[in-house]
Amino acid sequence: MAYLTPNFTKEMMKDYTVLIPNMCPIQFRMLKSAMESEGYHRVELLGSGDSNVTQLGLKYVHNDTCYPALIVIGQFLDALNSGRYDVHKTGLLISQSGGGCRASNYIKLLRKALVRSGYEYVPVASFNASGLEKGSILPFTVRMIMKAFAGIQYGDLIAALRNQVVPYEIHKGDAEAMTEKWLGIVDGWIRQNKNYMVSSFKKVFRMITADFASVAVNRVPKVKVGVVGEIYVKFSPTGNNELQKFLESQDCEVNLPGLMGYLEYCCANWEMDTEFYGLSPLMGRAAGLVLDLMNHAGNIMSKVMKEYGFTAPGSFKDLMKKPEGILSLGTKMGEGWLLTGEMVELIENGYSNIVCAQPFGCLPNHIAGKGVINKIRERFPEANITPVDYDPSATKVNQENRIKLMLAVAKENLQNDQ
Amino acid sequence: MRIGLDIGSTTIKCVVLDEQENIVFSTYERHHSHILELGGALLKTVREKYVRGDKAILAISGSAGMGLADTAEIPFVQEVYATRVAASRLAPDTDCVIELGGEDAKILFLTHGIEVRMNGSCAGGTGAFIDQMATLLKMSSDEMDREAQKATRTYTIASRCGVFAKSDVQPLINQGAQAGDIAASIYQAVVNQTIAGLAQGRPIEGNVLYLGGPLTFSKCLRDSFDKTLGVTGVCPENSLFYVALGAAYYADREISLSEAEKRLAAYSSTATYLGMPPLFETREDYWEFHNRHMKASVPRVEFTEDTKNVHIGIDSGSTTIKMVIIDRDGNILHTWYRPNDGNPVPLIRDEMLKVYREHPNMTVSSVTASGYGEELMKHAFHCDFGLVETVAHFTAARHFLPDVDFIIDIGGQDMKCFRIEDGAISNIFLNEACSSGCGSFLQTFAEALGYDVQEFARMGLYAKKPVDLGSRCTVFMNSSVKQAQKDGATVEDISAGLSISVVKNALYKVIRCASPEELGRKVVVQGGTFYNEAVLRAFEQEMGIEVIRPDIAGLMGAFGAALHGLEHARDAKSTFLSAEALEHFEQKTQAVPCQGCGNHCLLTINTFADGERFISGNRCDKPVTGHAADDALNLYAYKLDCLEQLAADEGEAVRGTVGIPLCLNMYELLPFWHAFWRTLGYKVIVSPVSTRKLYQKGQGTIPSDTACYPAKLAHGHIAALAEKHPDFIFYPCMSYNLDEKLGDNHYNCPIVAYYPEVLQDNCRELQDVTFLRDFIDLSDRKEFMKRFPKILKKHLPDLNAKEIRKAAEAGYAAYEAHMEDIRRKGAEIISEARKQGTRIIVLAGRPYHVDPEVNHGIDKLIARLGAAVITEDSLVGLIPKFETSVLNQWTYHSRLYAAAKWCTQQKDADLVQLVSFGCGLDAITTDETREILQSGGKLYTQLKIDEITNLGTVNIRLRSLFAALKEREEGN
Repeated sequence: MAYLTPNFTKEMMKDYTVLIPNMCPIQFRMLKSAMESEGYHRVELLGSGDSNVTQLGLKYVHNDTCYPALIVIGQFLDALNSGRYDVHKTGLLISQSGGGCRASNYIKLLRKALVRSGYEYVPVASFNASGLEKGSILPFTVRMIMKAFAGIQYGDLIAALRNQVVPYEIHKGDAEAMTEKWLGIVDGWIRQNKNYMVSSFKKVFRMITADFASVAVNRVPKVKVGVVGEIYVKFSPTGNNELQKFLESQDCEVNLPGLMGYLEYCCANWEMDTEFYGLSPLMGRAAGLVLDLMNHAGNIMSKVMKEYGFTAPGSFKDLMKKPEGILSLGTKMGEGWLLTGEMVELIENGYSNIVCAQPFGCLPNHIAGKGVINKIRERFPEANITPVDYDPSATKVNQENRIKLMLAVAKENLQNDQ
Repeated sequence: MRIGLDIGSTTIKCVVLDEQENIVFSTYERHHSHILELGGALLKTVREKYVRGDKAILAISGSAGMGLADTAEIPFVQEVYATRVAASRLAPDTDCVIELGGEDAKILFLTHGIEVRMNGSCAGGTGAFIDQMATLLKMSSDEMDREAQKATRTYTIASRCGVFAKSDVQPLINQGAQAGDIAASIYQAVVNQTIAGLAQGRPIEGNVLYLGGPLTFSKCLRDSFDKTLGVTGVCPENSLFYVALGAAYYADREISLSEAEKRLAAYSSTATYLGMPPLFETREDYWEFHNRHMKASVPRVEFTEDTKNVHIGIDSGSTTIKMVIIDRDGNILHTWYRPNDGNPVPLIRDEMLKVYREHPNMTVSSVTASGYGEELMKHAFHCDFGLVETVAHFTAARHFLPDVDFIIDIGGQDMKCFRIEDGAISNIFLNEACSSGCGSFLQTFAEALGYDVQEFARMGLYAKKPVDLGSRCTVFMNSSVKQAQKDGATVEDISAGLSISVVKNALYKVIRCASPEELGRKVVVQGGTFYNEAVLRAFEQEMGIEVIRPDIAGLMGAFGAALHGLEHARDAKSTFLSAEALEHFEQKTQAVPCQGCGNHCLLTINTFADGERFISGNRCDKPVTGHAADDALNLYAYKLDCLEQLAADEGEAVRGTVGIPLCLNMYELLPFWHAFWRTLGYKVIVSPVSTRKLYQKGQGTIPSDTACYPAKLAHGHIAALAEKHPDFIFYPCMSYNLDEKLGDNHYNCPIVAYYPEVLQDNCRELQDVTFLRDFIDLSDRKEFMKRFPKILKKHLPDLNAKEIRKAAEAGYAAYEAHMEDIRRKGAEIISEARKQGTRIIVLAGRPYHVDPEVNHGIDKLIARLGAAVITEDSLVGLIPKFETSVLNQWTYHSRLYAAAKWCTQQKDADLVQLVSFGCGLDAITTDETREILQSGGKLYTQLKIDEITNLGTVNIRLRSLFAALKEREEGN
């Protein structure tokens, strides 16, 4: 028995409001501009909602399903219930990795929840590149993809710069104001079809970076914390109980490896599928080309950041070498080897304190998260990693207590280093 | 003056140090969650008695101290870190600290790289766990420790969480195991949990320090740690105060104590937590509600001189006994309810003697036994009938509401829900071992907060802003409750919040329904927990319907049993023991380990005065009948046998030896790799079939304590293989499974796909032996032939591509022959079962559920109940690909869906799904399988299994299934 809700069609673009759970507040804002400037009537990013979104999720989704699915579906239902949208002119967008973990099933769970809650007429669009949900792939133009690509790239840069300035700024609020300023500017560009081509990247990267470099800072040594994990709870403040805010309140510098990394990881997997399994050589080659482009853009960004004295991630192709000896690149479900690679890169860049955020019971994280921590510690004795589980009833107190323990050790290490 | 305050989950500790850092004051007390009041009072006492002036250097620590520290603006030190500060000052040559607290367990490694570990949010273990177990044993913690020192043996108890352990301990108590042995087993469980959960592969050695309440108070616990770790640990002076001392040492700021007290007092009066609407707005609402429910009652009559032909129902539960006596018109003459004290037999004898004595003219027409103790009752007293408890409950509910379509029974320990269609049970939901939201759950909290449970429940009725506590297990709930208290929730709000949470747990976690339409309109709620009007109201509110709550809600099982007798015996004469026989009745109980096989089940042998014997605790019929179980119609047994034969056939080591761990997908692929390596001239050593011992061999290297049991077992298999010193161990990673064209893709689950990587990174044994774990894909044969030789030659350069391909051909052939054999045998069992008129059960899981350590003998249990057992993989090919509502992308699960579909097309076949705890994919597959079965008019039964499974519950569940099937058949 299939739960059939309507597909999202091209015609719906012009008068439907598309709802998207706001996974990355900075990067997704750019996604919204990209969509709205390319034929979408209106795009709304959903935050923590009016009601208790998790409870709503728990009501309509199997309670042992991963936390991100519970939240995202809760967010959608909360929005539909809110009365703010004409529910007959609203579509929902959900991403689908197409991998072997449960996440590929979110869309099916969402459809079922819609039918069970009486919204069987609400169309759902899938954002995926695996050929799933053929009839309901989010309509797009090439320019929209390029704009989204630029938006995420710029968003990653702005977020990274902000994170490296906030803890040290002399006038509190400078970095936040600058972040808002640049998000506004980039948003405007995307809407006016400006500066979204890869050829503009270098110039834009410089403009943004130079501006952030001009903020007056006092660079006293602070505890540096990297955050990795399952993509949703890693980024989403709703999913991780405002982890970044909490860490910053504890006087830490936070490093969240960018969203682009995940997209590159997906491309790299398609490319390697050809190598590992001989799957669709054509797809593999195409993915390889896209990866090269992304890698190129990432390299420019790193170079610019370094020029201005910021810590920058290495190139993605280098990141791919990091898990060697710890986890094979064949481990491609969930965040797979990317998670391991990010941990190693963070440690090498001086972020040896790491929060590994995962939904309770996340299967890939048994492997690529908790499963590799011993090995990483063996190789990097300074590694101070704490896995934190997120779950509808895991309490914030419990999570923060665990993180505080990690921070206490981090502070001591920091003092010893000085 | 330096002050350290340690506010843990259950206790509050304080130390005051003078300028020379001598302890001038220390206190340790339980706080019953009154953290703010007690914290403030403690500060006041210290200020008045020990501090000159108002200022002192002060820091707070402890899991419950964080919020309080923020509020009072006092520096906070994370408690594990505080322990470390204290340990490095007071016991500087310590290598490792083990600290158990009320709700947390910690290990600190101090030398060779500092590392600190805390238990995960799922691990209950520890102090609260020991307290819970002590309550269950009716002992104080001290008594438990003393008893444990006399222990002569230990039993296996699941150590993951208190709720699990309870279901292991209760049967042991019921079977009459020695209290001391049980107590020692509980301590051992805590030790295992700490090591498996926290050490995560890092050896604990050198000078070990034991800290915290449980380790300070229990010698036996310390001894268990010593023995298991092979160390001699020390429990130092002030072992209870290390965290508080650490906080005091660490503190670096002078604080005005009176200011801090003021801030605490101000915080208590704010209510910042997430609340819900009250249960009752007004008193009128309550009375209307109350009076409505008073109407659902059974007429009660007195015994008279000529009361004849009574029918008696006895419901012997896991912790209580209930009895109802009715007359031939169904009126209630007598009810009786009490805890069973571990052995219901003498209690029932006394009660029946009393009834006989008080009513000498009474004649008994039938006695019907039900519940966990059904068989025991039947054997001991010669009851006329036995009735599965689910059916007993249904029978009783029907009495109140003939066209009932949903029954929810929440008792002290368990929750049973049934959907009724066409007058028969069409679906059964039982709570899984992990969700405890039952009566005892409310009781635990009432007691923790210092109230009697009934009083506690009443307090919630008029709560103004009930706390939103979600719907999870007790362990999680503890911290939510504490959080709410800190945020200013009153006991009334918490009581109401907990009642609502019980309801949400039942509705959303156990029943999985979203709206009243899915539940039905005619609902009967029963079980002792529904005497609690807050729970009853919360249920009606949550679902927006009015339900029937009988006045005998807690006695429905016994009442239903009595009604069953009335229906089937009318005015017959009961076979139940007469008053005279009861006078001379005696029961001898003997606990002996069975010697029938390697399982060594603990048998309880009851012998009664009339020579009747009753054996319990057995997994198979061997101790009863004297010969092994008949596995002729059990495909699980056949499959296991095939694999064992294959493993025994090791062959000659012409080229060398290869070790293969018999875990996860190797349960399916062993024939392939066995043939492959044998063809190449390797001797194949397969790890032995899993046992508990084998698991423990590997438990120290498990990095994630919430992974599924089949995955955890893999660590034991690696350890066992390493002992046999093969040249290398072979266990490849496989993102993809074989493609049987049943689904949209053919993935493995992430665990099956990549577990070899986890083993490589964590198993110490693999440092000394080559481990081949390359990524391969068997689904595309041509590609495999091309790639695999290249992969293999990297490790084994002597092999040439041609012979590898030849061996792979042999592998494919052997695999296909094996699967074909399974299908053939399955078909044979089906046709034999049909010939014999035996019911067929598809016990559907994954290939590794054949592992007897994983399935706990459930296959044999089904066979004993008289059904043929087949596997889901034996049905491959019978059902073409069909549309599912979920993304059908895992090979093993596609088989599951297909098997469910197949069952819907058979009259005599039904499906029982085995679900391993922690299997994330099953959150998706269970709902789907249920839907497939239900849309085909079939019952869905799910059995959740983990390290330990309570076979008693499984038994009831399966018998309910058979009873429901029989009833449906008779109805048609």
